[in-house]
Amino acid sequence: MNIESGERITVVGAGVMGVGIATLALSRGLPVLLIDVDHVGLEDARSRIEGELRMAQLLGGLPEDAVTGPLETATTTAGAGAATIVIEATTEDLEIKAKVLAELSATVRPGTPLVSNTSSIPIDELAGYAQRPHEVVGTHFMNPPYLIRTVEVIRGARTGEDTMLSLNRCLAALAREPIVVADAPGFVTSRVLHPMINDAARIVQEGTASVEAVDTLMENCLGHRTGPLRTADLIGIDNLVDSLWVLHERTGDDGCRPCDLLLEKVRLGHHGRKSGRGFYEYAN
Amino acid sequence: MEAMDSRAVQHDVADSGQVEKEVLAFLEAQTKRSWDPQVDLFASGGLSSMFAMQLVVHLEQTYRISIRGADLRLDNFRTVTRMVALVQRLQGAQ
Repeated sequence: MNIESGERITVVGAGVMGVGIATLALSRGLPVLLIDVDHVGLEDARSRIEGELRMAQLLGGLPEDAVTGPLETATTTAGAGAATIVIEATTEDLEIKAKVLAELSATVRPGTPLVSNTSSIPIDELAGYAQRPHEVVGTHFMNPPYLIRTVEVIRGARTGEDTMLSLNRCLAALAREPIVVADAPGFVTSRVLHPMINDAARIVQEGTASVEAVDTLMENCLGHRTGPLRTADLIGIDNLVDSLWVLHERTGDDGCRPCDLLLEKVRLGHHGRKSGRGFYEYAN
Repeated sequence: MEAMDSRAVQHDVADSGQVEKEVLAFLEAQTKRSWDPQVDLFASGGLSSMFAMQLVVHLEQTYRISIRGADLRLDNFRTVTRMVALVQRLQGAQ
């Protein structure tokens, strides 16, 4: 176990990203406390984490002779008081994130970084809900976090230097490479990628090309490792639409208004890989 | 008695030609294209490596094997031929 690093990570939200980040930390031998609102969801998360750890091993994302860290789960935030860092990965919704950050801020020891894993909400908006705004910082881990080494880190206007140092220590223990950017709606990756995926979906909606044709062109002609629509499936189309609305509201860019095909997929519950169906179908 | 025992063991290990046919059929159904047993499924223009986990789960459930430890690496799933060899080895070891 990687006890010598001393990191004790609390992850709030057992969705795709919460489970992915917990898997990354466990795979590096760190102890993780995973918090969500209901027991059933947490039991499900436990088995999903086992599956993700196997996936990490299959695809070479686990260190040699990896010994995984211990996983605890809880339905209240009380245990976050013992954490060296707290990462919230709840739904991409300002109200939900604000409520969680306010509650965590009242629970953690002062000096503990409160990390919001958000794909598009500006960090300084979130910081206003914490008791000590200088402890709030943003990360945007990509899915799956245990395979993608680079992490977008967002320093808000009020994020303190100590918070940045603590986050960097944690990312080093996770063997991730931070790229620090300034605060803005969607930061870098979502601001560029999400309207692009929206356009890719609109192209399919208009009948210009099939899903497969769009992805194959982007992969084989433009060198994208994963096509935009397969990426949408990996992100979760519900989450992508939430993020596009956040961008649309804050930038006024009409290219960020989710197209009808994306909205229809959300309505039908075709959320992508996690629901077995999105632009593509998945066996498990 | 010895001959009977060996027949019993053989009965538990699926026939390699049959496994190959079944894995190819599964791949074709999932990817909507046909594959050569020797071709690298994850080479450029092939499948996403994320698909490999679906192959793992499918093989485990279909052939009642457990793929773990050093066997759980992408190289074992790169071609249908390698998957057949893995299934046979793990079934034989049970």
